[in-house]
Amino acid sequence: MRDASPAKTYALHIVVIALLFALNFVLPDYHQGLFARIMALAVFAMGYNLLFGYVGLLSLGHAMFFSAGLYGAGLTVYHLGWGVPEAFLAGIVSGALLALAIGLLALRTSGVAFMIVTMMFAQVFYLLILYFAAWTGGDQGLVIQQASRAIAIGGVSLDLTNPTVRYMGALALFSVVLLITLAIVRSRFGRVLVAIRENEERTKMLGYDTVTSKLIAVITSGAICAASGAAYALLFGYVGSNFASIQYSILPLLWVLLGGAATTLGPLIGTLFMYYVTDITSGFTSAYLLIVGVALILLVLFAPKGIMGSIRERWLGWLP
Amino acid sequence: MTPLLTTKGLSRQFGGLRAVDGVDFALMPGEIRAVIGPNGAGKTTFVSLLSGRIRPSSGVVVFNGVDITGMPAYQRVRLGVAYTFQITSVFANLTVFDNVALPVQRTLTDGRTKGQVRTGVMAALERTGLADRAATLAAHLSYGHQRLLEVAMGLALKPRLLILDEPTQGLADSEIDNFITLVRGIAKDATVLLIEHNMPVVMGLADRITVFNSGKILAEGTPGEIRANTEVQDAYLGATHG
Repeated sequence: MRDASPAKTYALHIVVIALLFALNFVLPDYHQGLFARIMALAVFAMGYNLLFGYVGLLSLGHAMFFSAGLYGAGLTVYHLGWGVPEAFLAGIVSGALLALAIGLLALRTSGVAFMIVTMMFAQVFYLLILYFAAWTGGDQGLVIQQASRAIAIGGVSLDLTNPTVRYMGALALFSVVLLITLAIVRSRFGRVLVAIRENEERTKMLGYDTVTSKLIAVITSGAICAASGAAYALLFGYVGSNFASIQYSILPLLWVLLGGAATTLGPLIGTLFMYYVTDITSGFTSAYLLIVGVALILLVLFAPKGIMGSIRERWLGWLP
Repeated sequence: MTPLLTTKGLSRQFGGLRAVDGVDFALMPGEIRAVIGPNGAGKTTFVSLLSGRIRPSSGVVVFNGVDITGMPAYQRVRLGVAYTFQITSVFANLTVFDNVALPVQRTLTDGRTKGQVRTGVMAALERTGLADRAATLAAHLSYGHQRLLEVAMGLALKPRLLILDEPTQGLADSEIDNFITLVRGIAKDATVLLIEHNMPVVMGLADRITVFNSGKILAEGTPGEIRANTEVQDAYLGATHG
């Protein structure tokens, strides 16, 4: 990160949030729904980016944190009849606790071993969801009824199935997490995380307990991904085991690589890009995954730092 | 005066090799001590045991009255033991500023210094003559400047003991003169332990010299005493003897 005035950086992020707010009123129905989904999933990508982009820890098991939030929120609503705010919190806490446990074990390894260990834990988590099908609905999943997806504030009831309420809910979560990530990466702690990525041994010799710093990063990342999962369950009303599969561990990696690892806005751009390439190409051909694949290969060849990473490198050195 | 650092029977074995073998060592506060010896004498292993990068097989390390033998490296740094690497090990992809900000914010967090990160960073950079390069990526610095940055990072930790592992390796003669002046300045507030091969630097800087050979201390004394010691001449300065 090169030196930039904090005002400029925060202004840029506020503008992005304002832009997304304005889009709610101009987008056609279909795209409004798609954008709500993209913002909720961009939170997943931001949580992943914190660990992968800034700390340099490549996890292949983040689907478990996303689905810990998904099921933490979904199951408490479905079985216990909890309200939306309590269920949302339950989702985040589930993800944070799971991340604490996984972090303590997986951080004993690094590099390729860390990838494998996180992938194995995620696989265990996935199989547990299928095993406890009586509660989780197994591979069928659970549909959360419209009646359970409303928040009462004062005398007003906010129905999360309403497209605008849903869009604003996703935007609110996205904005909070974006500003939290920005604050983290600009903080002293953020500087230590980057130092660990660049040279862990040297960071230790500057007096830093790198293992504890990495554990805090894993928990933060897990909690953010769980927030995304919890929001997804409550906003879109479906909780399913496919969200815990390996595919959902690889997707955030792709979104972050596309958008630009270790950039605050990269996760949003990557998720947006990938969703729209898929959406547009699937309108023309059933072989749309082929086109998505080609797009990915081109990006890796010509912009290996991702969209925002390349912009930062070529034009805007001050981007966080 | 009580020593700042002592070791008793300090040993480290790698397989059958006794890299450091029962070393009793004492370092007085405020001195500049040079450690010399032929390649493979155990100098780097010895200072790694002091900094905590590796654990001893047996023996004790006491720093400032505290037994630090089992303490992890990062905690020793917080007590004031700083180590600069033999092979330049700056954060290449970070700016010079961020490289030095890391040690500065550490001392702030530990409450050993007060003030702003920026003030501390600029002070360390002024002292090493790197202030005008604060915004440069460390990778874009010349080798000599990278060595200076390494020293700036050590300085910024506000150490009580600064361990420099072959700091002048690869420096040009003109840079070495500046370096000697810099280390003299550092020694006003800190004790300096220096591994060095360049004899003019050793003779010009050190108050006392410890000579290692085969993992043991062969001799210890003032530069004059060491120069006159025939055992040392045989082991190390052999080329100029007889």
